Amino acid sequence: MIQIENLHKRFGKNEVLTGVDLSIDEGGIFAILGPNGSGKTTLIKSILGMVIPNKGTIAIDGVSIKNQWKYRREIEYLPQIANFPNNLKVKELVRMIKDLRQRPSEEKKLIDLFELEPFLDKKLATLSGGTKQKVNLLLTLMFDNTLIILDEPTTGLDPVALIRLKKLLQDEKKQGKTILVSSHIMQFVEEVADEIVYLLEGRIYFKGSIEALKTKTNQTNVEHAIAAITNLQN
Amino acid sequence: MLKILKYSFYDLMRSRWSYIYFLFYLSLGFILLFLNNDVSKAVITLMNIIIVLVPLIGTIFGVMYYYNSKEFTELLLAQPIKRSSIFLGQYLGVAGSLSLSLVVGLGIPFILYGLFRSDAIFDFTLLLITGAFLTLIFTALSFNIALSNENKIKGFGYAVLLWLFLAVIYDGLFLMSLILFEEYPLDTFSLGATLLNPIDLSRTLILLKLDISALLGYTGAIFRRFFGTDQGLIVSLSMLLLWTVLPVWRLLYKSKKKDF
Repeated sequence: MIQIENLHKRFGKNEVLTGVDLSIDEGGIFAILGPNGSGKTTLIKSILGMVIPNKGTIAIDGVSIKNQWKYRREIEYLPQIANFPNNLKVKELVRMIKDLRQRPSEEKKLIDLFELEPFLDKKLATLSGGTKQKVNLLLTLMFDNTLIILDEPTTGLDPVALIRLKKLLQDEKKQGKTILVSSHIMQFVEEVADEIVYLLEGRIYFKGSIEALKTKTNQTNVEHAIAAITNLQN
Repeated sequence: MLKILKYSFYDLMRSRWSYIYFLFYLSLGFILLFLNNDVSKAVITLMNIIIVLVPLIGTIFGVMYYYNSKEFTELLLAQPIKRSSIFLGQYLGVAGSLSLSLVVGLGIPFILYGLFRSDAIFDFTLLLITGAFLTLIFTALSFNIALSNENKIKGFGYAVLLWLFLAVIYDGLFLMSLILFEEYPLDTFSLGATLLNPIDLSRTLILLKLDISALLGYTGAIFRRFFGTDQGLIVSLSMLLLWTVLPVWRLLYKSKKKDF
């Protein structure tokens, strides 16, 4: 599905990605993990073409994404920080994104799921952080695409919404979709992810199942296994 | 691109500032006509205001809109839309709504006053065309500055400096060089220097269309010989066009390489 080869990205003097090789197969939930500043968001944004890599190639379904934009039709992306035009109402924003994408969408189901009905006529500036994140999820997941990329989807969600999100992701997975998730909440990762991609200092340090990670680090708990991985490196 | 243009345009049309800008020109038009009681004289006064104000508003609005719509831009970048469409659409949205405020705001009072029965209609049209061009040029320049500066304060500073340079400082340097090199023939130099600054170019273009260029003396005669002809008009308008196209091109070029 996604093939990344020798990806380098530098912001000024700060080398964020230093040769990422990653191949993600179709179907399943992949968690992208790593300490703060390890390049998770940069990697995700590179796949979306928002960040232009200095070196290396990214291909989706065998086609290089360089200078392309149409491939984004097949991707649903949830940005890390829910920044929206503040003077729009939720309803208007949903309509606008639908208009821009020109795809069938099932926003009704998600509005009910995240209980967003009372907020539809409110302006985005007046929403709380958690509600904004729900709107963010709604905008991302209302379309039916094969590749879903979520950057920290759990931020600010209440437990009820979190449980529903997990179920939603499992349902999407059952339909054979490929889902990339970055998160710092290990419990969430453990519950949803099939495979872990661990980024450290701009490289892929580990890729494999959660079980393989536990065996490699001799830990029984994912949180400790992740911590151990980081310490191993040091 | 048209969709982005539509949303940017709507967004601006709903904002208070477009109305204020529109109402300002509307009242300016009425007041000038009421005070002067003469379309031609109103055009001259209007020119002096437009030449300075339009670039300033275009600059400030452009920078402000770019920084304010950062979230909107980021949202759009993740959508299946070409980058150049996003930026071109936003640019045309801002420049279009500003030009519309200008043209409609000034157009209404002049038409009501009886513009179509006056022989100043050509001058007035030229005034509106240069006004629209100045809006396009300075919005494009300010978008460029904002795109190249993540820091808002810096971006604002550079944009205002650019306006100050082209509207005021350039003239000062121009005059000083005229005095400094008065021994030499300066016809071609002053013609070139005028062509290179869109504000000066617009001013000269309109002044020479009005029948007051006799006041300009010998240089005026040379200018008149150049700008007064159809060829001069075409060269001037192409220069204004070039001033619009080049920054827009750079905007699209730079936006392609930028990380968000």
